[in-house]
Formats: sequence, structure tokens, C-alpha cells
Amino acid sequence: MSPLHRCPPGPKLATLALAGTGLMFVTNPFAMLDFLALTLLGFHVAGFGGARIWRQIRPMLWMLAVLFLVQGGLAGWTLAALIVARLLTLMLLASLVTLTTRTEDLIATLERLLTPLAPLGVNPAKVGLAVSLALRFLPVIAEEAERVREAQAARGLGTHPLALILPLIVRVLKAAEEVAEAIEARSGHDDGPALSR
Amino acid sequence: MTAISTRDIVLIALFAALTAALALFPPITLPLIGVPITAQSMGPMLAGAVLGARRGALAMGLVVALVALGLPILSGGRGGLGVFAGPTVGFLLGWIPAAYVTGLLHELGWNKLTALRSFVFATLGGIVVLYGLGVPVLAVQAGLSLKAAALGSAPFIPGDLVKAALTAAVALSVKRAWPIIRARDIATA
Repeated sequence: MSPLHRCPPGPKLATLALAGTGLMFVTNPFAMLDFLALTLLGFHVAGFGGARIWRQIRPMLWMLAVLFLVQGGLAGWTLAALIVARLLTLMLLASLVTLTTRTEDLIATLERLLTPLAPLGVNPAKVGLAVSLALRFLPVIAEEAERVREAQAARGLGTHPLALILPLIVRVLKAAEEVAEAIEARSGHDDGPALSR
Repeated sequence: MTAISTRDIVLIALFAALTAALALFPPITLPLIGVPITAQSMGPMLAGAVLGARRGALAMGLVVALVALGLPILSGGRGGLGVFAGPTVGFLLGWIPAAYVTGLLHELGWNKLTALRSFVFATLGGIVVLYGLGVPVLAVQAGLSLKAAALGSAPFIPGDLVKAALTAAVALSVKRAWPIIRARDIATA
């Protein structure tokens, strides 16, 4: 484990927030490249190689390219380079935080950050439950979607989007009903209006 | 405001998961325009039209939280805090008010819901509200003029109109088969 992996989520998120604001004030493209290099150094420290970095950049590549061309044509190439370098730096820095922090730790941090909002009616435990449920059901629903698609291809219905989405939604709504009943049956004791109807 | 029940939490969580799963559908490219339409941006319209304002908005808020937690659940496998530094962050955050407005309009018009009305509601929430937030944020984040940002976003509108039509069809079928939304009076809105 690298020092970046060992670092608790709080300081990493604070650094990211600081960079998000601070980099707006950097107006020299070469200074921005220094920050980009610093971020890449962070990837190196965390033990991630070039392939890992490329995997982070690839999904945003076309967007950055379009932005560079539009911006360059409208406002000049120096500014275009500056803006693209800033976005790239911030996005890579954010990916670095995500890659070096476990999802459970981020959920715990999220619950802690939400605690001050409790008087406003935000229940951190409920948010935690919703996050865990969504994580649990994501693969199930993705699989279900694939199955509906296959079943309809087999029946020769083609891929009409409505024929795909409607059965999926009805199944999700039915599943929600069953899951809610299961949670309430299992929770047994009444934990107040929060988890009972 | 009534407390959120277990059933509500499950519905919110499952719709967030559904929106994430929509990213797995292959994009369709519209003829003439050539812009890929992803199924995922139907998520906020569907969440509003099926779950209503509050649960729909919370489901989208959960999607945003999951993205922030680093899950690559946005179409194209994007995710993580990096998205929030990107130029299209307004369109992601805009999912929350988009679902809310779509849901609120559906609640208000629930008793007399027709396909056309549902389509208009989904368009107001999922396109007007969404672009109203997404375009200015794009302009600021990318250093573009408002006009350039709007022009750059416009090619996605025809696809979004298709999604609003699909949402309307879904909303009416769900209303018949498995209604979740309860009608709401203007007075309590």
C-alpha cells in the first residue's frame, strides 16, 4: 500500500477541493503543466503506471479535444491549452483520490459529512442504507436488463427501446416491494418512523 | 413533510441502480444529426414520472453521490470526482431538479394524465430545466460564451425529445399496472 492509499479520505478530499478552487487562479499554461506533472507524480507514488493513467484519460479524451478546438478557435490557443490542462489536472487528481480510497471509507466519510445536516431532516444512516442498496442491486438490474434484451431478441421483437425499458421498470418496482418487505420483516424491532411505515 | 419509509428508500436506491444500469445500453445514433443518444439521460425523466418529485429527485441525488464515490456508472464508463471538475457537471447535477420538476408536474396532473401531457411534463423537467442548468455551467467550466455552449448542446435535444416520448409511454403504462405516484393538489404543491 502506498502512502496515498494509507492517507484517510478527509485530507485527500480537502486537497481536491482546494485544488478545484486554487487552479482557477493559475493563468500561466506552464505553471499549469507543473501542477499536471505533480498530479502524475501522485499516480506514480500510488504505484499506478502509464496504462492506469491512460485508462482515466481515455473516456474524456474526445471531450477535451473538442473543447481545445472550440476554445482555440474562439479565444486563442494559449487559453485553450490552459483550460484543457486545468480540466485534465483536476479530473486526474479526482480520479487519484477515488482510486486510492476504498468505497466503504468514502461511504463512512459521506455519512460523517452528512451528520451536521441531521437537524435539517437528513438521516445519515438512511443515506448509508440507500447507497448500500443501490450498490447491491446495480449488478442485479444490469443482469436483468441483459436478460430482457436477450428474451426479446429471441422472440424477434428487435430492440425497440420501449419493449426493453417497460418490463425492466415493472420488474424493478416489484423487486422494490419485495425488498422493502424483507427489510422490515428482518429489522423486527421498530426503529421509529425512520424504518417503519 | 412525511418521513421517508423503508419502501421509499428501496425505490430510490433501485431507481438509482436502474439509471446506472441504463449506461450499459448501447447508444443509438440518430440519422441526419449523427449525435449518439444514450439511454442513461432518460433516468431523471423516468425517475420523476414513475416515482414522483421527492423520491425521483432523491434517486438522482443518489446517482450523483454514487458517481462521487467513484463508481464508473455514467455512460462511457465515466465516474469519480473527476466528473465534477468536468465541463458537463451541470448536466449531471441538473438531473436532480429535472427529476423533481418532471415528478411534480406528474403529481399535479396525475388524475388527468395523458400521453401528450406526460410528454410535455418530461420535456419541461428533463430538457428545459436540465439545459437551463447544464448550458450555463458548461459555459463557465469550458470558458465558452453562453451562445456557443447552447449551440454545442443543441444537437442532443432531438434525442432527448425521443426519450421524453418514451418516458410518457412508460409513465402511462406504469400508472395502469403499478402506480407509485399519488395525485397532488396545486394547494399542497
